[in-house]
Amino acid sequence: MTRTGSGSATPVRAPRDIAAPGTGGVGDSPLRPDGTLKVKGEFAYSSDLWIDGMLWGATLRSPHPRAKIVSIDVSAALAHPGVSAVLTHEDVPGRKHFGLDHTWDQPVLAAGEVRHQGEPIALVAADHPETARRAMEKIRIEYEVLEPLTDARRAAFDPAYPQVQPRGNLARHQPVRVGDVEAAKARAEVVVSGEYRVGIQDQAFLGPESGLAVPAEDGGVDLYVATQWMHNDLKQIAPCLGLPEEKIRMTLSGVGGAFGGREDLSMQIHAAMLALHTGRPVKIVYNRYESFFGHVHRHPAEMRYEYGATKDGRILYADVEILLDGGAYTSATMNVVGNAASLGVGPYVIPNIKIDAYGVYTNNPPCGAMRGFGAVQACFAYESMMDKLAEACGLDPVTVRQVNAASQGSELATGQVIWAPLPMAEMLRQARELPMPPPLDASDIRNLPGGASQTTHGEGVRRGVGYGVGLKNICFSEGYDDYSTARVRLEVIGGEAVALVHTAAAEVGQGLVTLEAQIARTELGVERVVIHPADNQVGDAGSSSASRQSYMTGGAVMTACQAVREGVFALAAARLDRPLDTLGDLSLVGGKVVSESAGVLAAIEDVLGDAVIEETREYHHEPTTGMDPVTGRGDSHTQLALCVHRAVVDVDVELGLVKVVELAAVQDVGKILNRLSLEGQIHGGTAQGLGLAVMEEIVVSDGKVRNPSFTDYLIPTILDMPPMRLEILENADPRAPYGLRGAGEPPTLSSTPAIVAAIRDATGLALTRVPVRPEHITGSS
Amino acid sequence: MRVTFTVNGRRETADDVWEGESLLYVLRERVGLPGSKNACEQGECGSCTVYLDGTPVCACLVAAGQVEGREVRTVEGLADGDRLDPVQEAFVECGAVQCGFCTPGLVVQAHDLIERVAEPSDAEIREALAGNLCRCTGYEKILDAVRLAAARKAAS
Ligand code: FES
Ligand code: FES
Repeated sequence: MTRTGSGSATPVRAPRDIAAPGTGGVGDSPLRPDGTLKVKGEFAYSSDLWIDGMLWGATLRSPHPRAKIVSIDVSAALAHPGVSAVLTHEDVPGRKHFGLDHTWDQPVLAAGEVRHQGEPIALVAADHPETARRAMEKIRIEYEVLEPLTDARRAAFDPAYPQVQPRGNLARHQPVRVGDVEAAKARAEVVVSGEYRVGIQDQAFLGPESGLAVPAEDGGVDLYVATQWMHNDLKQIAPCLGLPEEKIRMTLSGVGGAFGGREDLSMQIHAAMLALHTGRPVKIVYNRYESFFGHVHRHPAEMRYEYGATKDGRILYADVEILLDGGAYTSATMNVVGNAASLGVGPYVIPNIKIDAYGVYTNNPPCGAMRGFGAVQACFAYESMMDKLAEACGLDPVTVRQVNAASQGSELATGQVIWAPLPMAEMLRQARELPMPPPLDASDIRNLPGGASQTTHGEGVRRGVGYGVGLKNICFSEGYDDYSTARVRLEVIGGEAVALVHTAAAEVGQGLVTLEAQIARTELGVERVVIHPADNQVGDAGSSSASRQSYMTGGAVMTACQAVREGVFALAAARLDRPLDTLGDLSLVGGKVVSESAGVLAAIEDVLGDAVIEETREYHHEPTTGMDPVTGRGDSHTQLALCVHRAVVDVDVELGLVKVVELAAVQDVGKILNRLSLEGQIHGGTAQGLGLAVMEEIVVSDGKVRNPSFTDYLIPTILDMPPMRLEILENADPRAPYGLRGAGEPPTLSSTPAIVAAIRDATGLALTRVPVRPEHITGSS
Repeated sequence: MRVTFTVNGRRETADDVWEGESLLYVLRERVGLPGSKNACEQGECGSCTVYLDGTPVCACLVAAGQVEGREVRTVEGLADGDRLDPVQEAFVECGAVQCGFCTPGLVVQAHDLIERVAEPSDAEIREALAGNLCRCTGYEKILDAVRLAAARKAAS
């Protein structure tokens, strides 16, 4: 088959309107409107985009974590048959750097120096991906290789350590100070301390970084990309291309998972540069190897904790140091440090606190956003400390947590008062009382650690149980003006009222498109909803991160629908020729305009006729404040969400193999908007926490990644995941739309420490780092 | 090189195929069937799973030349027009689809399982799907979907 292109500038495989027919409103579980396309293989992911005459782009990356670039010679690559362009930093049309949060410290293409392995240096466009790869090999770069700066501790504290980048080596130091820790030390009856480490975790979304740039007649470019936050991409892309934002039209293509890894730019500017340079559409698709270098990872952490308590387990003080290695560029490090500091002791009431959280620059792999960021690392440490304290005081792990649990009205470490319900002690009780899985049935080899590899028949296998609690901030914190925008249009199409919902919010798999349709149905009383592809022809929606889209874009769709509804009411009054205020309390239900006193007034279709009602609204959450740079004080979060996990594991203590038998979660979500999607979020978040607990780590030595493939970087398979039992609570947050709480991240926090606690329970080992490896259990390392 | 094979019941010819190209590349970029996914291209994730002469394979590991004259069935060939295959239907209904990047491969693999095994146990489902990575769902809803599809198939 030969494909014939349309000759137009629209890709033949491109995002399209998605119809969401059906009846499910808020609280129901209607099916995903994009589900059918996805199971049929017809959903257009960013790697599926195709347009006539397109070229393939490829990116040459540094093999060295730190080196001076002495010279770059692209002539042989340019002469390679089939090659249309080879570009370097000299060809970046505008600003040479980009970065999150106005840091602008990351080069579009390296100039003069590379600061991490995999840093992009040159771009090639060619007629076939293999041609591009071969041409890339012909680019001659002379490096002066330098000793990589990989010691995060020295980067933080040794002024003599060389600088990784011009900003110095310390990205942020955020202290938190409460009470008088030194005085409390004198009063403590029990003191426990620990040093904990978290390895580098990768988002490992399955859909690789990819997208298509199509040059436009106005000198601009149309970009089809998979991202978490289009408008923030645009703020960085436009200056680097030297174009006004209006000349860059962005459309969200199918996103194959994100988990924070698409918060930063990857191929966006590169593809646009190649397209503008060649005048032809350019597609870039990373392979898995490149993907490991194409996005930031979860910050590795080194954490030192000391708690003092009374004999009965009441914590008197916490003395904490958290060191986060962000790699060469800032990315999300500032916010990761803020979270680690403000949530550094988690949901516990502690009268005297000293926390110092640091984020540093090194030549290790770049780190930034990943599900639960900042809070995940701290949670592993503070929950490990709770277990240590329980042991020291002779308490069980649930009781020690209940004794110190925060609740509505208590203060976070930052002094912020917890304003919404936080029934943590009760949630712990529920987690403990859930039925236990049956004892190990060793007659089926598949139930054992090691499974079908037949490493044991049950000898040396011990069971353990552990608990973990995680507290996560939802939405953007620290004074950021966080908002989302929605445009909703209501009109009659084919005799039926149809709501069209248009936002720039990224559906990354979480089910936002389902929820948008549910909200439109509930607010507008219609069945047919169409979700317009997300693009930048509507206002900013903020990022699909921080578990914020149900809250923020949900809130924006809700308020836009309510504005449309007011328009319908006004029109109804006009059609009925009666003043609006005489119609009583109106609502839109079941396709009708209904008055509380007079019943059904009219069908929505009849009220609308030919009229089109369209409203655009921004939704802002309650403002937050920054953290004081010296004391950390501040009302820095707008919402908090809690998850409690109980893990049951079987451990082969001779071989160090772990089989997670069951994970039970108790989570408070405020309000269940869609149970099916919600459970999927909790399951998926829990799975990523399991990955961090026992499997997942980007192994680095001398600044180089040693396992950039799914052969060597292992994520949980269906054999690794146990059955998951969920208890979902609905204690509404009165400030949030429908009372909801963000739900995607909290389970990622709590499942890791719960699993490690269970392994400790089975083995009696201290286990101070994640992932726990077999050699940590057998003691052979 | 030229490769001629049957895909989803239709004869396709791809020209100018480079020897190193995989079946996955030919499907996605040369015959307009991008449903099979490219999450790793090294046989580790199962997102590219297709039937080759009735047996599920990772299309990324099959050289294009190897399919000459053979029969391929991809995720695009499972539904009967608008009528989804019961496995596809169950995946949507049970919430087994989030980002959906793993879905095409899982659907083909699960389709094969319930063709072979009438009512697979959980352990059998886990074993059959062990080569298919999913990063979003934690697999619970995928198990639900396969159980449902198998039960419906058994009842029909
Ligand atoms: S793409 Fe073929 S197994 Fe991953
Ligand atoms: S649904 Fe996203 S990888 Fe499975």
